[in-house]
Amino acid sequence: MSDLDPTLLARIQFGANISFHILFPTISIALSWVLIYFKIRYARSGDEKWMEAYRLYVKVFALTFALGVVSGITMSFQFGTNWPGYMEKVGNIAGPLLAYEILTAFFLEAGFLGIMLFGFRRVPGWLHTLATVLVAFGTALSAFWILALNSWMQTPVGHEMRDGVAHAVDWWQIVFNPSMPYRLTHMVLASGLTVAFLIAGLSAYQRLKGDERPAVKAALTTGVVLAAILIPIQIFVGDQHGLNTLKHQPQKVAAMEANWETRPAVPLVLFAWPDEQARDNHYEIAIPYGASLILGHSPNAVVPGLNDFRGNHPPVKPVFFAFRIMVGIGLLMLAVSWFASFQIWRRGEPVPLVNRVLVAMTFAGWVATLAGWYVTEIGRQPWLVSGVLRTADAVSAVPAPMIAATLAAYLATYAFLLAAYVSVLFYLARKARIPGTTVKDKDQIPFVHEGLPADAAKA
Amino acid sequence: MDQAVWLPVAFAVLMGVSILLYVILDGYDLGVGILLPRATPEEKDRMIASIGPFWDANETWLVMAVGLLLVGFPTAHGVILSTLYGPVAFLLIALIVRGVAFEFRAKAGAPFKPWWDRAFFAGSLVAALSQGYMLGLYINGFAGGLTAHAFAVLTALCLAAAYAFIGACWLVMKTEKDLHVKAVRWARLTLGAVVLGMAAVSIATPLASQRIFAKWFSFPEIIALAPIPLMSGAIIVGVWMMLQRMPRADHSLDFVPFVGAVLLNVLGFTGLAYSFYPYVVPDRLTIWQAASAPESLMIIFAGACFVLPVIIAYSVLAYWVFRGKATELRYD
Repeated sequence: MSDLDPTLLARIQFGANISFHILFPTISIALSWVLIYFKIRYARSGDEKWMEAYRLYVKVFALTFALGVVSGITMSFQFGTNWPGYMEKVGNIAGPLLAYEILTAFFLEAGFLGIMLFGFRRVPGWLHTLATVLVAFGTALSAFWILALNSWMQTPVGHEMRDGVAHAVDWWQIVFNPSMPYRLTHMVLASGLTVAFLIAGLSAYQRLKGDERPAVKAALTTGVVLAAILIPIQIFVGDQHGLNTLKHQPQKVAAMEANWETRPAVPLVLFAWPDEQARDNHYEIAIPYGASLILGHSPNAVVPGLNDFRGNHPPVKPVFFAFRIMVGIGLLMLAVSWFASFQIWRRGEPVPLVNRVLVAMTFAGWVATLAGWYVTEIGRQPWLVSGVLRTADAVSAVPAPMIAATLAAYLATYAFLLAAYVSVLFYLARKARIPGTTVKDKDQIPFVHEGLPADAAKA
Repeated sequence: MDQAVWLPVAFAVLMGVSILLYVILDGYDLGVGILLPRATPEEKDRMIASIGPFWDANETWLVMAVGLLLVGFPTAHGVILSTLYGPVAFLLIALIVRGVAFEFRAKAGAPFKPWWDRAFFAGSLVAALSQGYMLGLYINGFAGGLTAHAFAVLTALCLAAAYAFIGACWLVMKTEKDLHVKAVRWARLTLGAVVLGMAAVSIATPLASQRIFAKWFSFPEIIALAPIPLMSGAIIVGVWMMLQRMPRADHSLDFVPFVGAVLLNVLGFTGLAYSFYPYVVPDRLTIWQAASAPESLMIIFAGACFVLPVIIAYSVLAYWVFRGKATELRYD
């Protein structure tokens, strides 16, 4: 066991924990707003189908939120256990950002979650709506703070180094650092797309199982159309984010493109097998001038190459392939969501074959989101905080076998929970057609008559 | 006064309050988990319903406490959590399993429900035990050796019993009929273990550290400290007598044992906090040695002063909304 590298193990463990964690906020951030949308549609139309959709997805939300909370607790411990050097060096920056996330976001979400989930019959309609909005707002706020910190680690500004320790100089600059607006927008859209495909996938699954309820069609349309709207915006924002990265972290872009020499007229590599030993690509399939056109908007634009950053650039293969997986799924999302939208427009709902594709893509958002995170986080290596702190210098002195043993335990737990989560989601979707107790007395549904004043008369 | 002097103290207080709130709040819901196997299936649903709207927010106090340790005293966070790496991993996995079992038991199919109930129980128990084990090691100043670990095993068992006690008191307050009667019995049984635990910690703490011994048994401190054991004793006797007279036809006093349990927690915690102050790692690191730069602490402190009252306000709102005896949880 002694030849295990503690830095690598600590990275794998932290990576595994944060990968598992991010799956759930990615869903809960956007799903909370979709729930509000269902509530509003129901309040406006009084149509029971929106309430049925709300009932299914509020359960999905509760389950997802719980997984996000408990996996998030792990994170608060592992910052210190796995990366003590991180807090020693940049704790003055990271500390307040994390503290504000806990104070303003975590408590807000958790504090109003009880009322949002179980308070429907216990509080006035306006309070239930307010609680739901506050939970949704809390999840978004949480994303804001943690992405501010992550972006600062990518593009650190607004601090000065005194005795080898970072001290804050300008908090505005630190929070709104150069990559932050792009990363936040990209991530929030990723959350929206993940939820859109989740809802579309679960609804398509219900349709294929013969569930004819209007609620299923309403949710399916919501998911597909939301995806169709968001994906072009996401492709545009992703491109802008890439240009921002080119400006601030050119070595990351060089690894994404597997471009070894800084030169003009760089082709866009569709597939290759990058070889860091030979510092060249094998089996390359490329579109001439492609990378120069995308990154420099001119066929002869100069694109930075990895050889300018020898010893100071990320490992090429994981960044290169993760980027292709993300972009590939993005393009697939574009094709599927537009085609499915077209079918909904022409014939009311997608054909069974398209529904099958949607079921297969239920968790496509997760794969794309994780791939994107691997691009940006592995792409930051060998730095933990770009130019400030190397990952290897932040690692803890915990013995490698201890990290390996706990890593194995975490991985086993996560694999099991992931399987349980996915199967329970499909189970809930299957079960949704069995009618529960429907609310007969409209007065029991608070927001119908109090939530939105304009519709009080209608309801 | 100098920021570098009072800010670490303010942070220590904030962290202490967070830990105390966590121990009380998650204490009762972990306790309910520990008691779960003793109930019938219908009672299990009701027990879980009694903590359903609260457990998420309760666990946030743990994130808050660890977060404050991380951002306020980063060196101590490194020392403490690296030393406790093993038990921390147990705690985290237990909390994960427990938290999700709570959701899965109601959402997975009926055949799986007993398994998720078992997971909920096991997660609650292991979480309580690992917290108690860590407390034991902490009290001994992370000294290795058989005695320290044997003591940690004892504190682990006692903390689990204490959580079961406060959980039982919570159920006395929140439930009716058969379950209420059962909860009264559970509270009586676990109260004995609580007394044993408080005694064990009270004996071991001064023995583990010369400094704490001097702090406890010198004049006039001993007079100032005397109310802690005296009040604890009075509360224990009072709660015991109350439990003997339960169940009562009139449920208006069902909250009393829970309040007693909360007060016991507050007193026990105050005693520990007094003993270890100003050390954040016993006899090794003071809060001033471990603190972050004052300007960063200040910006968090300012935010906390503004936000904490709001958090307390909406926490009170949540408890108000779900006041009274627990009813079935419904999403609609």
